[in-house]
Amino acid sequence: MKKQRWLVLLTLVLAVGVVLSACGSNNNNSAANSGNKGTNSSSNTGSSNAGEEKLASDQTLHINFAADVPTFDPAQAQDNQAHTALNLMYEGLVRVDENSKEVPGVAESWDISEDGKTYTFHLRKDAKWSNGDAVTAGDFVFAWQRVLDPNTQPAPAYAYQLYYIKNAQSFNEGKITDFSQVGVKATDDYTLEVTLENTTPYFLNLTSFYTYFPVHKSVANNDKWATDPSTMITNGPFTLTSLVTGQSMEFAKNPNYWDNQDIKLQTIKATVVNSAATEVLSYQNGELDRAGQPNGNIPSDQIQILKDQFADEFHIDPVASLYYYEFNTQAKPFDNAKIRKAFAMAIDRQSIVDNVTKAGQVPAFGLIPPGINGAEKSFREEYPEDYFTENVEEAKKLLQEGMAEEGITSLPSITLTYNTDDNHKKIALAITDMWKKNLGVDVQIENQEWGVFIKNRQNGDFQIARAGWVPDYNDPMTFIDMWTTKSGNNDIKLNNAEYDALAADAYKNSDNKARMEDFRKAEQILIGDQMGIMPIYYYTNPALVKPYLKGVTLDYSGSVDYSRAYILEH
Amino acid sequence: MFRYVVNKLFYMLVSLFILVSATFFLMKAIPGDPFQSEKKVPPEIRARLFEQYGFDKPLYEQYGKYLVNVLHGDLGISMKHVNQDVTDLIMKTFSASLKLGVVAIIVSIIVGVLLGMLAALYHRKLIDNVAMVLAVLGIAVPSFVLAALLQFFFAFKLHIFRVMGFETPLDYVLPVVALSAQPIAFIARLTRSSMLEVLHADYIKTAKAKGLNWFTIMFRHVIRNGIMPVITYMGPMAANIVTGSVVIEQVFGIGGIGKQFVESITNRDYPLIMGITIFYGVLLMLARFISDLLYVVVDPRVKLSSRKEG
Repeated sequence: MKKQRWLVLLTLVLAVGVVLSACGSNNNNSAANSGNKGTNSSSNTGSSNAGEEKLASDQTLHINFAADVPTFDPAQAQDNQAHTALNLMYEGLVRVDENSKEVPGVAESWDISEDGKTYTFHLRKDAKWSNGDAVTAGDFVFAWQRVLDPNTQPAPAYAYQLYYIKNAQSFNEGKITDFSQVGVKATDDYTLEVTLENTTPYFLNLTSFYTYFPVHKSVANNDKWATDPSTMITNGPFTLTSLVTGQSMEFAKNPNYWDNQDIKLQTIKATVVNSAATEVLSYQNGELDRAGQPNGNIPSDQIQILKDQFADEFHIDPVASLYYYEFNTQAKPFDNAKIRKAFAMAIDRQSIVDNVTKAGQVPAFGLIPPGINGAEKSFREEYPEDYFTENVEEAKKLLQEGMAEEGITSLPSITLTYNTDDNHKKIALAITDMWKKNLGVDVQIENQEWGVFIKNRQNGDFQIARAGWVPDYNDPMTFIDMWTTKSGNNDIKLNNAEYDALAADAYKNSDNKARMEDFRKAEQILIGDQMGIMPIYYYTNPALVKPYLKGVTLDYSGSVDYSRAYILEH
Repeated sequence: MFRYVVNKLFYMLVSLFILVSATFFLMKAIPGDPFQSEKKVPPEIRARLFEQYGFDKPLYEQYGKYLVNVLHGDLGISMKHVNQDVTDLIMKTFSASLKLGVVAIIVSIIVGVLLGMLAALYHRKLIDNVAMVLAVLGIAVPSFVLAALLQFFFAFKLHIFRVMGFETPLDYVLPVVALSAQPIAFIARLTRSSMLEVLHADYIKTAKAKGLNWFTIMFRHVIRNGIMPVITYMGPMAANIVTGSVVIEQVFGIGGIGKQFVESITNRDYPLIMGITIFYGVLLMLARFISDLLYVVVDPRVKLSSRKEG
C-alpha cells in the first residue's frame, strides 16, 4: 500500500503542474508587467553608470543567430549570419568604423592614383594570423585568386563582388587562364597593388566586405577547413572556439590580433534559435544582451508592446534597403505605364508603416534609400524623392486613361504573389484593400514557398510580386544596375535604352557628381516615367539592446559589428 | 522465426528503395534549386555550379549516380553547409535529438504507465478522473503551446530554467516535458483501458480466488498483459521522438535533426534531404521491426508468420 500512496503523490504533483500551466495564458499581462519592472530597474543602474563607463568584470556577450552560419569560408559566404560571424573572425584591408568611415585595417595606409583606377595598399607589419604567422600581401592575392579561380569547388557565388578588379571577370569565366593578368599584385610582402576596370568610388569600402577578406594559405589542400574550428586560422579580433551545428557558437578574443588592446570582449556566446518569441523571451530573461535584427527577429505583433515597455532598450536603426512590389511590364494589364502609376499612387504608405509594420519604417517614393552615399552628402539628401505623390483622384484618372489606351473597359484578373511570411501577408492584405477601396480593383493574393516564389518571379511568371533589395555596397549603382536590360535581376523586364545608357555612363565616368546625375535621371525613368516597381518603404532594423551593452555598430546596410563592443557594469 | 526475420529484412530493403526513388524524383520536381536567392547568381557561375554538382546531366543519370554512391555508403556533401559531409551532419544533429529523445521516451513510459495503472486501479474514482483529464489535456495541447507556456512560467517567471539552450542537465527538463506530454497521455490511456480489461478477465478472478498476493497478481498477470498495446505503440513513438521534433528543437534552440530536415528542404539542399530521408526510413523500419519482435517476447500467444506480413 505504501507504494500506491507514493504513486498518488506523484500523480498529484503532475496534476498541479499541468493545471498551473493551463491557467498560464490568463496571467500573461501581469507577468509581462513584472518583467518590465525588473528590466527597468536594471536599466536605471545602467544609466547611472554610463557617465563613468565602468567596465563589467565579465566581458561575455550573449547573442542569438536565427540560423546556422552556413560557412565560415569568406569565399563561400553569402548571407547575414555569415557576415556577422566573419566580421568577428577576419579583417580586410580596411575596416568600417562607427561613423561608416573607412579606417585602416590590415592596410595601415593606401594611395589612390589620379584616375582612381590604381590602389596601392601598405600593409601593417604587425598584423598576424591567429597562429602567429604574419599577414602578408600574398595572403590577399591567394584569397582573391581562390574566389576567382574557376576550379574552386563549389564555385563561389559571390565571385562577382570582385569583378571591379581588372580582368577578374574574364579570369573567373575562364576566358583568360593566367592570373598574373588580373589586376592584383603583391609587389612585396607588405604592399598590395590593385588595378580596377573602371573608376569605382566605393572600392575602398568594398575591401571591408567579406569576399575580400584574406585567408590563410593552409586552406589550400583541405576543403574541410571551414567546417572545423581547429583548422580555421583567422586574422580578426576573435577566433571561433566552438561550433555545434544548429545549436551554438562560441568566439574568443584573439590575442594575436594586432589591435587587441582595443578589443574588450573576452568571449561571445551565440545560440542558434529560429524562434522570434523565444529570442525576445530570453532577452527579457537576461539570457541575451541583444535581440532582433540583423541576425534574429522580433515578432511583428510584439513590436508595439515591446516599444512601449522597453522604450530605452528598443532601437530602430534605418537600413539602406527597399521593400517594394514589382510590376511585370510584359504582362497584362501592367504593360501599361499609366495603369502601373495608378496602382502606385493609390496606396497610403504612411498608414502601412504606422499600422502594419510598426517598426519605424520610412515610406518610400524612390528607388535609392537614405543612407546610400551621394557625391558629398547622402544621395537622398542631394536628390529628394519627387517622382510621384499619393493621390487617389489622380490615380483613378490615370487608370481610366490607361485602360482607354489599352482599349479595355475592365481589368483582367490580377494576382499579387509573395513568399510565405506573416508580415508579407499583412502588407499584401492592406495594400489590396486600399486598391479595392481607392480604385475599385479586386486583386487576389497568393503566397508561395520561397524557392517556388523566387523561381516564378525570376522567370517572369507573375503580375505583381513582392520584393526586397539589400545593397551590396554603398553606392546608388547597387540599386540602379539591376534594372538594366541585361541584368539577371531585372524581373520586371524593363527594357529602356536610355536607362541602360545612363547606367553604362555611371560605370565608366570618373566624375562622381556626373555619376550621381546619371543615377538621378535613371531613377526618374524607372520610378517617375515607368513606375516599373512600386516602392513601399525603406527597411529598419528593430532590435532590443541592453543599456549596458555599448560599442555595437551597424553599417548602412544593417550589418552588425560586435568586435568593438563592451559591457558596462550593471 | 529466422524465416520471418529474413523476409522482413527483404521487404524493408524494397520499401527503402521505393522511398529513395520517390523522394529523389519528387524533390527534383519541386520548383527552385539550391543556388537561388533574391540576388541572382550570374549565369556563368550558376552554370559552373550546376556542372560541379552534376545537375547538368539528365535526371536518370543523376539518379543512377546517386544510387551507386549510396550503395557505397556515400551520402554526398551538403550544398548549404558548404563542404560538410551529409553523414557528418546527420550524426552530429542526430546525437542531439537522440540524447533528448531517449530521456523523453523513458519519462513517457514511466509516467504514462504509472498514470494509466493508477487510473485503472482507482477506476471511476478521483484519481482516475484526474489522470484522464491530464491525458486529454496532454493530447489536446499542441507541443508548441506547451513549450511556450513552460518557457514563460518555469524560465521567465520562476527562473528555474533557462528559456533556451541545451548544455546542462537542467536544460533538458523543459524540452523533455514538452516532448513527452503527448506520448504520456497516449500511453496512460492505452494502459488504463487494457488494464481494465485484464482486471476483469477470468484468470485474474481465478488468481484472486486462489489467494495470490496483490503484488504477484499485479506484476505477473495484470501489468504483463496490460502493457501489451503500449509495446505496439512504443516502436513508432520511439522513432517519432528520436527523429526530432522541429517545433521543440526550434523553440528551445537544440541542434537536432528535425530542424535540419526542415531547413534542408527550404534550402533545396538535395544531398541533405536525401540523406536524412534515408536515415529516417531506416530508423522507422527498424523501430517497427524491433517492436514486432518485442511483442513476441512479451506475449507468447503471438506467433510470427511470414505469410501474414508484408
